[in-house]
Amino acid sequence: MIKKKKRESEIPTSSLADIAFLVLVFFLLTTTIDVDKGITLTLPAKGEETKIREKNISNILINAEGQVLFDDQPVPVYNIREVVREKLLQNDKLIFSLKTDRETDYEVYVKVLDQVKQGGAKRISIAEPDK
Amino acid sequence: MEFKKKAEAEATIPTSALPDIVFLLLIFFMVTTVFKEFTGLQVTLPEAKQITKLPGKRDVAYIWIDRTSNISIDDKIVDVPQIFEIMWAKRNNPVNPTRVTSLRVDRKVKMGLLSDVQEELRKADCLSVNYSAKPAS
Repeated sequence: MIKKKKRESEIPTSSLADIAFLVLVFFLLTTTIDVDKGITLTLPAKGEETKIREKNISNILINAEGQVLFDDQPVPVYNIREVVREKLLQNDKLIFSLKTDRETDYEVYVKVLDQVKQGGAKRISIAEPDK
Repeated sequence: MEFKKKAEAEATIPTSALPDIVFLLLIFFMVTTVFKEFTGLQVTLPEAKQITKLPGKRDVAYIWIDRTSNISIDDKIVDVPQIFEIMWAKRNNPVNPTRVTSLRVDRKVKMGLLSDVQEELRKADCLSVNYSAKPAS
């Protein structure tokens, strides 16, 4: 019987880099680095409704048509920022209470919230809409 | 005066360490990849300027509300009273409890519905919410 020739057994590693590249490209393409962005707000805990002195509250009311009443003064949405800034200069403890109608569009609400935040307000309270 | 010519050096880029570098990158991307678990609903987000980034996808719970008032959590359509139970379970998940709730709400949704949802979130102790918005141009 003829003995089989002894063959050197080696795993070919020359294409390893290619395979690794392929997998790398796959993960590069599937990774989504885009982070979600938005307006962050902390809701009050249940049963944590506190009474605040009247003079430290500023009421912002939004009706179903998207019109804004800022302390009984009608204000256009894009002006809220300035009004908030002025009011904060007079009283920096001011809390802005945002109240909407149940029929108000979410878009208007976010716009107003954005404006209030742009005005530098740190203390914003969300009041429940009237039923 | 004559200058001695410099010996010509062979210029080759060493490629033997290339697979190692590639592997390192590969492992980085494998670890950072988070596959999409759910697709959500079709919503048009509102625009805002004062926006902040969310901390990361792992601790965030998403609630979708589209303009026909469908509410979706993890690709399941739910009713308002069910939100409390689901969010409470997520909040008290021992592995990765929800820290932030991202509300992806369509811009035409009425505030009455959103208020009801927020009321449920308050009950479930999910107090940190994020109104998802597009950066305004």
